[in-house]
Amino acid sequence: MSDTGSYYGKPIINPPVWAERDIAGYLFTGGLAGASSLLAAGADVTGRPALARPARVTATGAIVVSLGALIHDLGRPGRFLNMLRVFKPTSPMSMGVWVLAAYAPLTVTALASDALDRAPRTGRAAGVAAALLGAGVSTYTAALIADTAVPAWHDGHRELPYVFAGSAASAAAGAGLLAAPVTQSGPAARLAVLGAVAELAAEHAMERRLGMVAGALRGGTAGRRLKAAKALTATGALGAATIARRGRAGAALSGAALLAGSALTRFGLFEGGMASARDPRYTVEPQRARRADAAARARRDPG
Amino acid sequence: MSDGTPRMGFFTDTSVCIGCKACEVACKEWNDVPEDGLDWTGMSHDNSGGLGADTWRHVAFVEQRKPLGEHAPNFQREDDFRWLMASDVCKHCTHAACLDVCPTGAIFRTEFGTVVVQEDICNGCGYCVPACPYGVLDKREDDGRIFKCTLCYDRLEVGQEPACAKACPTDSIQFGELDELRHRAAGRVESLHEAGVVDARLYGEDPGDGVGGDGAFFLLLDEPEVYGLPPDPIVTTRDLSRMWKHVGLAAGALVTGVAAAFAGARR
Repeated sequence: MSDTGSYYGKPIINPPVWAERDIAGYLFTGGLAGASSLLAAGADVTGRPALARPARVTATGAIVVSLGALIHDLGRPGRFLNMLRVFKPTSPMSMGVWVLAAYAPLTVTALASDALDRAPRTGRAAGVAAALLGAGVSTYTAALIADTAVPAWHDGHRELPYVFAGSAASAAAGAGLLAAPVTQSGPAARLAVLGAVAELAAEHAMERRLGMVAGALRGGTAGRRLKAAKALTATGALGAATIARRGRAGAALSGAALLAGSALTRFGLFEGGMASARDPRYTVEPQRARRADAAARARRDPG
Repeated sequence: MSDGTPRMGFFTDTSVCIGCKACEVACKEWNDVPEDGLDWTGMSHDNSGGLGADTWRHVAFVEQRKPLGEHAPNFQREDDFRWLMASDVCKHCTHAACLDVCPTGAIFRTEFGTVVVQEDICNGCGYCVPACPYGVLDKREDDGRIFKCTLCYDRLEVGQEPACAKACPTDSIQFGELDELRHRAAGRVESLHEAGVVDARLYGEDPGDGVGGDGAFFLLLDEPEVYGLPPDPIVTTRDLSRMWKHVGLAAGALVTGVAAAFAGARR
């Protein structure tokens, strides 16, 4: 006998076939890359070469890893270029690929110009363009996962972009604190605090909106990861506001905590979405409630 | 459709399904769909589990301690037992999320209003899999690409009906012009209600629902979730403009935040 609330407890939707290491990893590295380009451009324009250089290296390294992960996750990696057959605003993945296609070469150009000490004006222009596109690289991934039937992702679509923006900012700031001398890492420390506060506030708002679906983010592996992420992000931000200004060791510790917190946020939200897809309750209960609401409205306001 | 070809679809009347699985077999034979596992699931007579890359028709079996209706149906016993059977399939949605999110253009809408994955284009990105609110599409692991029901596009093009409908011995699976099927289904529900089967209801027939109505819709005898169907599916891209708006605002906030971090900095 099956119970009446589901079909033998089987999922209603087919859970994503994305590999966690590739796609959760991409959510993290993509955010790190995009926000690092912003940090690099700010450092460049305000005369902080010792912050700009490592931020450019981080952005380039992270976007190369990102692209590798995206291609590796394809069922047919040799057909990656099929992504460029169409330009499709209804597909966040299509839009993301086009943004990455512009962003990645600009990021590499900015780093190459700096490292080779060639064409400084071209390098700076490429860096500023990469920074503006980087803001999109850091945040579009929220639409990428929200534009699915996965309950914890779709129902969080209003807040998720702000969670990702904050998480990207704190990751890039963390990398900056790790790599730059204290004399030039002041903006990274301030960005760490801003990013962490935004991330934690947006995530709190998202969990409130999700209602019963937030259970998928609180239990099991996802819950453990997200709890650790919040603790690390808050600790890292506190460190950035205090010990990071005093010495390299404090800055490095804060930076490492921020990076780990951002990575765990992405891996936690990824797993939380998977958990919400696997358990039919998270699909059925909100839909039943929505249908009951619509029926009640129709009764109150016939015609 | 714009060129005058009417929209074609399925009406699956589960009240006359006998669970023979001829539809599953005919689909596999015609479309050369690989084996999907020879498993004893313990889920009544269901041994294919649900729709996926290698299961394009799936017959669900639900055992319940309920009478089927006031009239004694075939499967009713003295102790009030009923056996629900239903052949599930891709819904060929009016607003298809799989088609919207596909980044390669591999998924397209045919002249019959059906939704088909082109195998020579799909690169196995997997985006359509969680986009589908019904859990229809899936990745064929040893192949890497995504597969689903084509509503036998090749048969439709030469005026044949899909293999599953052709094989169905009770006309539980009916193929035809969608308008005609909707008309027929409304009549069938009415006659079932008159016969005392008060649980009979249509699912996916309403063009006003969250996916704009299904090209393959059903007559069910219980709540949709009992059969593994979502009670109120929506096409996820309905909310996409709001998602882009928030992505834009968040990106703007990120630029502003970085600028603020540099503004007035002493070191």
